[in-house]
Amino acid sequence: MRRVVVTGLGLVTPLGADVETAWKNIIAAKSGAGTITKFDATDFHSNYACEVKPADHEYGFDPDKRVDHKVQRQVDPFIVYGIDAAGQALEDAGLTEMSEEERFRAGCSIGSGIGGLPGIESESLVLAAKGPKRVSPHFVHGRLINLITGQVQIKYGLMGPNHAVVTACSTGAHSIGDAARMIAMDDADVMLAGGSEGAICPIGIAGFGQARALSTGFRDEPWRASRPYDKDRDGFVMGEGAGVVCLEEYEHAKKRGAKIYAEVIGYGLSGDAYHVTAPHPEGSGAFRSMEMAMRKSGLELGDIDYINAHGTSTPLGDELELNAVRRLFGNSIANLSMSSTKSAIGHLLGGAGAVESIFCILALRDQIVPPTLNLDNPSDNCAGVDLVPHVAKERQVKAVLNNSFGFGGTNASLVMKAI
Amino acid sequence: MSDTADRVKKIVVEHLGVEAGSVTPEASFIDDLGADSLDIVELVMAFEEEFGVEIPDDAAEKITTVNDAITYIDAHQG
Repeated sequence: MRRVVVTGLGLVTPLGADVETAWKNIIAAKSGAGTITKFDATDFHSNYACEVKPADHEYGFDPDKRVDHKVQRQVDPFIVYGIDAAGQALEDAGLTEMSEEERFRAGCSIGSGIGGLPGIESESLVLAAKGPKRVSPHFVHGRLINLITGQVQIKYGLMGPNHAVVTACSTGAHSIGDAARMIAMDDADVMLAGGSEGAICPIGIAGFGQARALSTGFRDEPWRASRPYDKDRDGFVMGEGAGVVCLEEYEHAKKRGAKIYAEVIGYGLSGDAYHVTAPHPEGSGAFRSMEMAMRKSGLELGDIDYINAHGTSTPLGDELELNAVRRLFGNSIANLSMSSTKSAIGHLLGGAGAVESIFCILALRDQIVPPTLNLDNPSDNCAGVDLVPHVAKERQVKAVLNNSFGFGGTNASLVMKAI
Repeated sequence: MSDTADRVKKIVVEHLGVEAGSVTPEASFIDDLGADSLDIVELVMAFEEEFGVEIPDDAAEKITTVNDAITYIDAHQG
């Protein structure tokens, strides 16, 4: 089987719109949460979220860097974030100047959980108020989930696989796993893979609020709201942004002397077959997803040093994931650290698995694991697990596992190691 | 430049993301300003909103340059 390595990274997050800034802020235990600025959310279930900051902010996002003005006008934010993160990854990999032959073998697998919700909302209002002749001609292709991949392939002339995963909050992890398989199966030599989300809009907050998924109790202190594994957690905090990695066939990367961050060695995926929003009560799907990824990786359980947990800060989900980890890893759980970076940047939904995989890769690079913020009073169930409360921790990191689970009972796990 | 011309130019710059200097009366939306057919649909919508005119599809098809738009709007504005 052809080996697959990571040679480029790209991030747009509430704590920074490039890899080094976001990572520095994650390690410094900053929170990206605040009162929602995109609209007046006073009367909503929750009036706080982790928004990507504007260009003039200390760690804001400047869309003009990589996305044409015309495209910005026509598409939803999730596409803008995705194009930028993909561009960062390609630049980081040093692959912006490929020959046509190489570009035939370079593709994209960049998805989103729910896609262009803000634009669907606003154009629906235009339709209701002014009729069908005032709906934007760019409405459809400015909202479709596969249009990050579409836009990126046009911008960079990539003509390999043109793929987009839609598996709710597992999207980012599935995108990377699927793309790694495409390279392994010789469909491509290079794949930009990841996920993006930009759904902080009235209908998005109202919808997740009505599904009773959002944290609602921290209006005065939003930075305390995302608190995975803590006794006072009350739901997830909506985030936004994108993560994209450049995956490359190992020999291809070696031949051109590319910088190699990590190797993707295990991918597991499973379904709960239980409930549309609630996780399986025994964490069965999560367990089988991790187990498959570990089996494919060829590693021993004791080899995993760090798990970036799904850990969304919902009352039910965090415990079930922890149970599944405990059941799979047994005594080896004492060797590893496990944290949830959603405590800092919120839940990026379809972007989460990709952004968090990048944090895993940076943990491998820098031999430090990011903290779980706000873990003041761990649940009783947390005893004996190093959940890296409050501050980052320097430690040996040779192999990592990333988990993502989503509505619809969809689970994905990735195992990566340093080379 | 007339008031109509100024407002048309502003809409074209905003929608197509082009430099104001390139929006000359003779400029073709497709050949000179990088528009595609859907961009033109969007521009026509914006002209209709801005000037309160209705531009039917058969008329819109004949608007290929900045000047075509200005002429049509000046001829049909209430």
